[in-house]
Amino acid sequence: MTFLAYGLYLAALVGAAWVLALWMTRVYAGALPAGLQRLEGLVFRATGTQPDRGMTALSYGLAVLAFNLAGFLSLYAILRLQGALPLNPDGIAAMAPDLAFNTAVSFVTNTNWQAYSGEAQLSYLAQMAGLTVQNFVSAGTGMAVGVAVIRGFVSAKGTTLGNFWQDLTRSVLWILLPLSVGLGLFLAAQGVPQTLLGAVTVTGLEGQEQIIARGPAAAQIAIKQLGTNGGGFFGVNSAHPFENPTLASNMAQSLSILLIPVAFCFLFGRMAGDRRQGWAIFAAMAVLFVAGLSVIHLAEVAGNPALGQGANMEGKEQRFGAMLSALWAASTTAASNGSVNAMHDSFLPLSGLVMLINMAIGEVIFGGVGAGLYGMLLYVVLAVFLAGLMVGRTPEYLGRKIEGREVTLAVLAFLSMPLGILVGGALAATVPSALEAVQDAGPHGMSEILYAYASATGNNGSAFGGFGAGLTWHTTALGVIMLLGRYAIILPMLAIAGSMIRKTPSPVTSGTFPTHGPLFVTLLILTVLILGALTFFPVLALGPLAEETARAAGQTF
Amino acid sequence: MSHPDKLTAPGGLYRAAIRQSVVKLDPRALWRNPVMFVTAVVAAMTTVLGLRDLLGGASGAGTALHISAWLWLCVLFANFAEALAEGRGRARADTLRATKSETRVRVLPGVEADPGTGVETVSTALKPGQIVYVAAGEIIPTDGEAVRGVASVNESAITGESAPVIREAGGDRSSVTGGTTVVSDWLVIKVTAEPGKSFLDRMIALVEGAERQKTPSEIALNILLVGLTLIFLFVVVTLPAFASYSGATIPVIVLGALFVTLIPTTIGGLLSAIGIAGMDRLVKANVIAKSGRAVEAAGDVDTLLLDKTGTITFGNRMADALIPAPGVDLRRLAEAAALASLADETPEGKSIVDKAREALGSVPALPAGAEAVAFTAQTRLSGLDLPEGRRLRKGATDAVIRLTGKTPPGALAAQVEAIARSGGTPLLVAEGDQILGAVHLKDIVKPGVRERFAELRAMGIRTVMITGDNPLTAAAIAAEAGVDDFLAEATPEMKLDLIRREQAGGRLVAMCGDGSNDAPALAQADVGVAMNAGTPAAKEAANLIDLDSDPTKLIEVVMVGKQLLISRGALTTFSIANDVAKYFAILPAIFVAAYPGLGVLNIMGLASPTSAILSAVIFNALILVALVPLALRGVAYRPSSAAALLRRNLLVYGLGGLIVPFVGIKAIDMALVALNLA
Repeated sequence: MTFLAYGLYLAALVGAAWVLALWMTRVYAGALPAGLQRLEGLVFRATGTQPDRGMTALSYGLAVLAFNLAGFLSLYAILRLQGALPLNPDGIAAMAPDLAFNTAVSFVTNTNWQAYSGEAQLSYLAQMAGLTVQNFVSAGTGMAVGVAVIRGFVSAKGTTLGNFWQDLTRSVLWILLPLSVGLGLFLAAQGVPQTLLGAVTVTGLEGQEQIIARGPAAAQIAIKQLGTNGGGFFGVNSAHPFENPTLASNMAQSLSILLIPVAFCFLFGRMAGDRRQGWAIFAAMAVLFVAGLSVIHLAEVAGNPALGQGANMEGKEQRFGAMLSALWAASTTAASNGSVNAMHDSFLPLSGLVMLINMAIGEVIFGGVGAGLYGMLLYVVLAVFLAGLMVGRTPEYLGRKIEGREVTLAVLAFLSMPLGILVGGALAATVPSALEAVQDAGPHGMSEILYAYASATGNNGSAFGGFGAGLTWHTTALGVIMLLGRYAIILPMLAIAGSMIRKTPSPVTSGTFPTHGPLFVTLLILTVLILGALTFFPVLALGPLAEETARAAGQTF
Repeated sequence: MSHPDKLTAPGGLYRAAIRQSVVKLDPRALWRNPVMFVTAVVAAMTTVLGLRDLLGGASGAGTALHISAWLWLCVLFANFAEALAEGRGRARADTLRATKSETRVRVLPGVEADPGTGVETVSTALKPGQIVYVAAGEIIPTDGEAVRGVASVNESAITGESAPVIREAGGDRSSVTGGTTVVSDWLVIKVTAEPGKSFLDRMIALVEGAERQKTPSEIALNILLVGLTLIFLFVVVTLPAFASYSGATIPVIVLGALFVTLIPTTIGGLLSAIGIAGMDRLVKANVIAKSGRAVEAAGDVDTLLLDKTGTITFGNRMADALIPAPGVDLRRLAEAAALASLADETPEGKSIVDKAREALGSVPALPAGAEAVAFTAQTRLSGLDLPEGRRLRKGATDAVIRLTGKTPPGALAAQVEAIARSGGTPLLVAEGDQILGAVHLKDIVKPGVRERFAELRAMGIRTVMITGDNPLTAAAIAAEAGVDDFLAEATPEMKLDLIRREQAGGRLVAMCGDGSNDAPALAQADVGVAMNAGTPAAKEAANLIDLDSDPTKLIEVVMVGKQLLISRGALTTFSIANDVAKYFAILPAIFVAAYPGLGVLNIMGLASPTSAILSAVIFNALILVALVPLALRGVAYRPSSAAALLRRNLLVYGLGGLIVPFVGIKAIDMALVALNLA
């Protein structure tokens, strides 16, 4: 029964993503219906964009940086000035500078780490014109970079990777907006509020006064899921009944979390002109996803004997139960989404281990929109280079040689993960002003630290709970690490793409390293596990593994 | 040169390598290998700490020194591998250097000058453009081009082939190499090499490894290894912070041990040995690579251009069948053909005699008083005039028709045409003015060539036959030999065009050539192999030189290139896969005090934390030295498709790399316990 439900979820996901990939292929190739093309032309003219002027990797990267810097500055300004700006019915004051920095970085980098609580610290204007806008364009940035990187690997020999402004506009206009409108309307129909009125004060059954926060939530929730953003309208995110009221809304959101990341696999195959390539990457991601989901499911359903019989329901919503919470936890950490429908702090240690690994390997199990694919291509480059030599040729991927330059860039990008998680985490575990944030003792506290820094480095934004993210040390350090996790991967990956597209693809022969089929999928999975996960084996041993073995011996933290 | 290993006793080679592995501890030398440099730094650090503990009387000093000893051994083993690989080349270089002695030479004022007018000078002072006279018994002082005379030259110093070869002014056999000896006659040579830059000098530098440049994939691999080292540096440097948070303390020596076992020391230590050994295999095959890049490119080759003559076929046509004219007995034709060919010493002529022997059982001896009629370009006929007046001739169809004034009878004419159409060459045999029949001459494909091309096809390499024959003949031979494509009536320009076309499609092209007109194509090809007997221009344009002047060598070069890349990939995969077991050995050992539950990670059931760490360090050092023979010999390579190769190598080196250390570490742990060392 359970597995039938998971199976149905995966089938629906793959089916929807496969169809979406068809549409995305047309969108990014510019093969749009005439009416949409005219509309798009108007947008380009109004913004003064020369859409068909190709950009080299360098100019593409500079455009990304410039656009995101502008986004950061405007969001930071809104957060600092929200007290004096309109659409603030609850009279919320300006955000503190370090928290505003952290929040602005968080939303611009598609992380959506929430060191604040939305209903208490954000005005409606900040939610709508600040966060929701960044939810769209940070997702659009990821998708544009994803498409540009794909072009570098698959297009005919050339020098340019496409036009950032064109790719961004198309991502937002023809993919994110239509899907969000549909999902937003569906969620509103399920009972998610979408209103500009302030909080209501009611008298509860016990006669006490209660303030119930509300606001323009449905629109933001739709894009938070579709754009792998994850930043909720309310502090407790999709565990809040106003963010995720029903089973139907829960399933719709679960599906939207992975929809575009999965579609990117198929888009890759279609753009490569060899759909097997897309399926191979999908298969590697899917195997890792299902393995993680199985561990979480088994751990949560078995529950914690120390807390009584049955599944582990601590920190979970009764209306979703252990299984749907497990599915959500696996999806949101795999997809760099970060939204939650249950409190991850309360999951069993093995579940926490899986969630940590999902993030620490760099969000490549489907991952963020666009970002998951280019992150996985980083592993592909390393896997092909490591094992590709074993067929007696200079390693090639899709006919293009992987040489010193690509390996250097891949290693550079790869270094950002241990740098962010291990160095960031080690400082957090030693600096006294950072240690205050840790709520629990022993290995569980260690998991809280690791989770925060893995979440920031992987641009996930998911929070473990129990961690005082609001401390100045962490708002600053995590802000810097989010920037590292985003741009220290985007820029080298664009450079790799720019270097690949300059190479003449060699024809496929029986002497070519085959990059589809079970053998390659296994190789890719092992590369992710050995290069990605093993790096974090020592710290994972001190966190969730130590906690699990202690729990098995009857000790809890 | 062909048996250089005999010159240095293996024992001497090993002794020299052991000495060199200590000499190579010089930080300036180690620095070139970052992974080993880092290992040496850690070894030095643990030694200092161990000594401090020893002098301070702290506990655990013994273990610390034990660990540092094995870390040093790891570095020494890597040095040993490199020294051993270099040693083999050095032995070869010494034999070469022996031939490069300073001699007196006669410099002439001009090409046509009398040898007596020569001025004596020392061979090492010769400059390009100078004209030198070399008489029989003298050593050719340096590289040059014969500009006057014909001589037989013994090139065994370079090629190991003792049969002398002909060198003559003009044409494709004018190139002479310094260090070779004129056996008969004399040559006037124009010097082409700068002092100290001759072929011999370059070869000595090359086999010694002094001039070894890193190949592109070696450079890329080195970067990856440095990257992995950095990643594990983050892991190890941040670990004390996490450990102290968890209430555990990790001694610095243990951190050093963990670090060294995690970084890819196995491949890092063997990388340069693999490269040197790869070049050495080429040298053994009597091929000199002018750059390492060419060797690696050989592994990547997609298209192989092969000259028909000498590579695919024996290079001379042979009699395949005797076809009598209507009304003529086969035995009569055979006898006539045999007699007409008895005086013909060419392989063609001999093959006709052999064919006739098949038909007759035996062939007549050359009758006394018979007069041989030699082939000339004018008559295009050859044969024999017997004393009793019989005049036997064989020759091209039109020549025989002109001679006899008759055309072959209808049935024979049809068969002659069929022979031509099949790509063969028909010869007519006549006695007097009667046409007796035809001989079917055919280009015979070398045995085994077809299978070789099938192997190449399985490896994804396309073979293209290059020939001066007409398209008809070319197609017939191409089909018989099993090549994928052919270029008929090829001119140097067409060759160059073909290479450019293939390259535009992203293919890497290899070819071999010897003539000056091959030079542009050799330079254009990604892998160009020049025959040592070829012209200086061809040798200059190529990036590989085959000392045996054997065109089939190209295929061997491709194999060596592939083996080089496979060896690197296999050992890298093995090295990285090893980390899994090392984590499982060391992590429980260092964390079990803080979290006793983590003892479950000790899946190997190692005796104690100390023995676990020691076992991992010892395994790390021993696996390096255990793999030295594999690194020097190269990973076994059987031609097959990439998919099959990948499956096999992933299974052996990937899965093997996961499993072997579990077994090895456990065995070492048991041995340590049994020996009471931990």
